[in-house]
Amino acid sequence: MVHIKRLQEDGVDIITPIGEIDASSSIELDLTIAKSVGEGFTKILVDCSALEYISSAGLGVFMSYIEEFKDKNLKMVLYGMSEKVANTFEILGLYELLVIAVDKADAKKKVNEV
Amino acid sequence: MRAKALSRLLFVVAIITWVVLLFTDISVVFSTKRNLPAEIPTWLPGVILNLYLIALYYYYKLKIDRDDQLNFVDLLWRVFATGLVATVFSLLLRLIEYLLGATALTGNIVFIEIIYLINLGLMASFVLAAFTAWKRLILYQKSKWLLRLWAFFEYALLISLLYNSFIFPPVEWLYNSLLALFVVVGLVLSGNMKWVAYLNFRQKWTSLLLLLLTVFYLLYGLYTNSSLAMEVFGEEKGFADYRYHIFILSVMIFVTVYSIFSFLVILFNLPTTSVFEQKLEEVVNFQRISQSIQTEQSEESVYNILLETSVSSVFSDAAWLEIKNNEHDHRVFTYRITEKEATDIINHLKSHHVTGVLDQSTDKTKNLSKHLASLRGSRFRSILAFPIYVKGENIGTLALLKELPEGFNKEMTKIVSTFANQAGISIENFRLLEEALQSERYKEELKIAKTVQKSLLPQMLEQDTHFEIAAFSESADEVGGDYYDTLRINAQETSLIIADVSGKGTTAAFHMSQMKGIFHSLAQNCIQPDEFMIRANRALVYCLERGSFISASFFLINTDDRKVRYARAGHCPVLYYTAEHNKIEYRKDKGVALGMVRNNSYSNFIEANEFAYAPGDIMILYTDGVTEAKNAKGDEFGYDRLAEIVMEVSSLQPKQIQEHLIKRLYEFSGTDNINDDYTTMIVKFNNRT
Repeated sequence: MVHIKRLQEDGVDIITPIGEIDASSSIELDLTIAKSVGEGFTKILVDCSALEYISSAGLGVFMSYIEEFKDKNLKMVLYGMSEKVANTFEILGLYELLVIAVDKADAKKKVNEV
Repeated sequence: MRAKALSRLLFVVAIITWVVLLFTDISVVFSTKRNLPAEIPTWLPGVILNLYLIALYYYYKLKIDRDDQLNFVDLLWRVFATGLVATVFSLLLRLIEYLLGATALTGNIVFIEIIYLINLGLMASFVLAAFTAWKRLILYQKSKWLLRLWAFFEYALLISLLYNSFIFPPVEWLYNSLLALFVVVGLVLSGNMKWVAYLNFRQKWTSLLLLLLTVFYLLYGLYTNSSLAMEVFGEEKGFADYRYHIFILSVMIFVTVYSIFSFLVILFNLPTTSVFEQKLEEVVNFQRISQSIQTEQSEESVYNILLETSVSSVFSDAAWLEIKNNEHDHRVFTYRITEKEATDIINHLKSHHVTGVLDQSTDKTKNLSKHLASLRGSRFRSILAFPIYVKGENIGTLALLKELPEGFNKEMTKIVSTFANQAGISIENFRLLEEALQSERYKEELKIAKTVQKSLLPQMLEQDTHFEIAAFSESADEVGGDYYDTLRINAQETSLIIADVSGKGTTAAFHMSQMKGIFHSLAQNCIQPDEFMIRANRALVYCLERGSFISASFFLINTDDRKVRYARAGHCPVLYYTAEHNKIEYRKDKGVALGMVRNNSYSNFIEANEFAYAPGDIMILYTDGVTEAKNAKGDEFGYDRLAEIVMEVSSLQPKQIQEHLIKRLYEFSGTDNINDDYTTMIVKFNNRT
């Protein structure tokens, strides 16, 4: 089960998933990101500090946006991951493909880079 | 058969007793008239008469009371038929008497006595037949109290026969009070007319006719017998004189009163019969809707039954049923109205901003009919509309129309609203059933997918003098996408793969089969691990949907230079045990899972690695189901535990290491119901050179 919060700060959309993202709850994450993009945000932060677990389907959601973001010149930065979640990202090689920051300040810096 | 034989026997006994009665009575009358000393006791005819009555009583009890086949009209018909026979016979006697004229014979007391006794016998028979039949009518829908009262009535009557047999001359006050008691009880019992309500219109008419004739026969019988008795005995009390016979009198009075009551009740019930029949039909309709869930094949039939039953229950002239499954799926079922007419009415009401149920915004019908009057060209003057709810969601509207103004009353509104509710429940049940079937079908599909998945795993693993391989895979209830395989390329080289397809179910099994195809076609050509991944990625991009990917590790073991070349594409890092240093570690290196990068830049995200192996070294490949296995507390099995367990048994052969690992894994999770697939492939390099 996951509960997803959204918060706007200085033109940046911050998405905060709370709980676990598995095959069924990944749909919710997908919808939230799609909504944010639909509302015209070009800078999206994903606060993973309250994310306890993410399954391959959840990772698939982030993955599926990589190309779209590149084409539209949108930026997405993930930050605040626990060691366990970070490990999952790392093993699959998503560290290479996604921008992952340590904390919020770092993430804001990265998202504003040209 | 026994009952039949017994009833015949009783009939014969009745006839014999009547004949004996005839002779004894004539003998007594003859001797008394001539003032001769009686050859037989004077009380004998009375006793014989009572025996005759008892025989008849039990005969009818067997014949009518025990016959379950008879319905109400049949019962009345039996009584009527008995009455007809008795009356026709009696009339025939009159005819003979008339034809003989005033001769010595007709004036003879014996002759008149015979005529009287025949009439009395017939009359008693008819009255007792009616008595038994009425008993069944009265006791239809009986209460305990009613049963007791009837039993009292019946037994008291039978006991009263004793009075007529022996107490002679009669005790005047006892006679009167007994008669009064029976009349009162008979009247009370006559109040039970529940059976009348269950007759339909036609049956009521038949019953009226039969009862009328029965009453007529009774009155005729009474008249004939009393006139004959007058002739025989005069004002004096006779020996077989029914006029002073409590049993016959009471039964006669009771039968006549009940016949007249029934006749009147049926007569006054006639105008309301249609209402009762309608109520019955409603009950039947209601059952039909309820049962439609079990018998009907589709929701459509439920809708049709709802429409049909509602129309017939409130006598509406036309009706429609509008069902909205979603924005696009919109259907209208109609009855004696065209779809255009229905839409016209809906639109007309909408244009007048009627917030009734028709626009499905509220569930109250307000003044719909009033607005209908303003629609030109419409033949309808009354409308009744109801929402249909399924799981609290409004799925449609039922509208009933009448050409009369104010055509629907409160009762009708209630009935149709009940129907609409019942139909909603039926449809809900129907949908639940459908869902259950769907999930059953889904389970069946999963079973097939599981079989397919199992068949994709190799039956045999490549073996070599330089190394041994053991592999294990157990899938969770849901089909997973774990895959492992081996392929010998040539004498020196063998390739190994372990992969995990994202997602579950049939799609995962399907992608797994693609992975197998890719492995078998690419690995044959002695391809280098990084090149394998790049080509596999290129092939998979075309078949993996966005968001799906496959993590894989590919190994190439060369026994010539004793090296393992490999590439890791997002798969769990390989666990490697070095025998020389007795050390175990995870080999973490770069590599993105297959299907994640969908362009040619993938080569930047994969790298080839190699290491030399030595005898006693162990390579443990596994999927994330192993490291992510959880125990009851929610702790993960984890990488450290995995490494520790392998260390414990590093001296054993791969098969034993595997068995130990699996055992520990199940011990840890504490359940046989794993929530993800467990897959391991263990390679141990041999001491041999």
